[in-house]
Amino acid sequence: MLKLPIYLDNNATTPMDPRVLEAMTPYFLEHFGNAASRNHPFGWQAEEAVDYAREQVAKLIGADPKEIIFTSGATEGDNLAIKGIYEMYASKGNHIITATTEHKAVLDTCKHIEKTGGEVTYLQVKPDGLIDLKELEAAIRPTTILIAIMYANNEIGTIQPIREISAIAKKHGVLLFSDAVQAVGKIPVDVNKDGIDLMAFTAHKMYGPKGVGALYVRRKNPRVKVTAQMDGGGHERGMRSGTLNVPGIVGFGKACELCMQDMEEDTQRISKLRNKLETELMKLEEAYINGSTEHRLPHVTNISFKHVEGEGLLMGFNKNIALSSGSACTSASLEPSYVLKALGLGDDLAHSSLRFGLGRFTNEEQIDYTIKAISETVLKLRDMSPLWEMYKEGIDLSKIEWAAH
Amino acid sequence: MAYSEKVIDHYQNPKNVGTLDKGSKNVGTGLVGAPECGDVMRLQIEVDDATGMITDAKFKTFGCGSAIASSSLATEWLKGKSIDQALAVDNMDFVEELNLPPVKIHCSVLAEDAIKAAINDYRVKNGMDAIKFEDSVVH
Repeated sequence: MLKLPIYLDNNATTPMDPRVLEAMTPYFLEHFGNAASRNHPFGWQAEEAVDYAREQVAKLIGADPKEIIFTSGATEGDNLAIKGIYEMYASKGNHIITATTEHKAVLDTCKHIEKTGGEVTYLQVKPDGLIDLKELEAAIRPTTILIAIMYANNEIGTIQPIREISAIAKKHGVLLFSDAVQAVGKIPVDVNKDGIDLMAFTAHKMYGPKGVGALYVRRKNPRVKVTAQMDGGGHERGMRSGTLNVPGIVGFGKACELCMQDMEEDTQRISKLRNKLETELMKLEEAYINGSTEHRLPHVTNISFKHVEGEGLLMGFNKNIALSSGSACTSASLEPSYVLKALGLGDDLAHSSLRFGLGRFTNEEQIDYTIKAISETVLKLRDMSPLWEMYKEGIDLSKIEWAAH
Repeated sequence: MAYSEKVIDHYQNPKNVGTLDKGSKNVGTGLVGAPECGDVMRLQIEVDDATGMITDAKFKTFGCGSAIASSSLATEWLKGKSIDQALAVDNMDFVEELNLPPVKIHCSVLAEDAIKAAINDYRVKNGMDAIKFEDSVVH
């Protein structure tokens, strides 16, 4: 039996895997100790659990457990990495390079740094969402201390050429930070093979709990340090004070272990469903895939249905299918997705987009239902759309003088 | 954001979707909004020359549920009204009837503008001057 509503917004957050919850439960009740309590068994148990989880997390990304700093999530990881490097390496320079399609947690942190006297270059992306490596290299200055480029994009799933980026960073002696929230646990990520110096990721995008994440900080070749952004007890090698969220960390560790164990099978199954969804929806007229289809996460697709407005489209089925749109109608700013606009999409196409994020618990029945519901709604709304009527009459919409609004 | 029941009802069962002959002298067409802004409304009225009454109204809208509901409601309200009565329809009437939240007020403004644009189109076609309206505040 098909159970509604269907969840296809796994880029926003994933449901917890029941196996993760099972691993966490004892750490709420009987093993409630503070991992920093060194003098009694409650503390020892908690510390042991955290150490084990640290190994599970490190293993998934090919790191040493000592290189894992637990945080509250990726927003904190992004802030700690960027501000922490900016402060720690102030004597070396004050210039950071990032891209316009980064997550707000990176962009707004960079804006903050600009206000405090730092300099930031925001690279444009190509129409497929990838950065231009030549532009990246050309942007490097003697004062550049950090390149901050995400592993994979949250709206369109585009995977950046991380190894090429890290080669450029290495060549110029610049550190590379990557927000890898959408990639870790979904595709193989290896900080050594990829040449990443700092990397933020989070549990709740990989079937773990909310409120816990990690920042990978390289210890060798080179040894990287970040200035702590919170003062306190000096936890996490002095880089992140605050009592450790033991149950969360245990769950995060378990989630990493499961992702590692199930990745190949999950990817194969999920990408097949994604491809089916995409192929069927692309049979509608005037539908466009946003971002690279070649360098893309296996569970993501972002499609614009021209002449239909995204929020209006969602309303046709959002009681039964959970999705998000690049349309701005839900936000007060009325500006459509800045990521889609960075690809060079017109506002009209950006307003018409839907983002699909499939996951471990997505099944074929749900995809079939989704294909049908969306196709029907698109057709219904196009019958109601004056733009569609004009398009069908052969009117060039770009030539119309629209009233300012 | 939750939509009001009335918005959902208009969205699911829109009234008077369609197209009137825009070449006809009796038909006034208002096309307002812009694709870049995420909403475009086209509202058409058919006016009885003899009585000055609106005998039919149709719409097509590209936009969110509130924009669709506002235009659907506009066509319902316009039918059977005189031009003067139609001119008295205010954007706040839509806000109240559909329970639109503040972020959706622009949809109601668009609906009011569409009515006025359709009336002016009809007037100009029939040798009358277009009425000058104050610029909308929200736009």
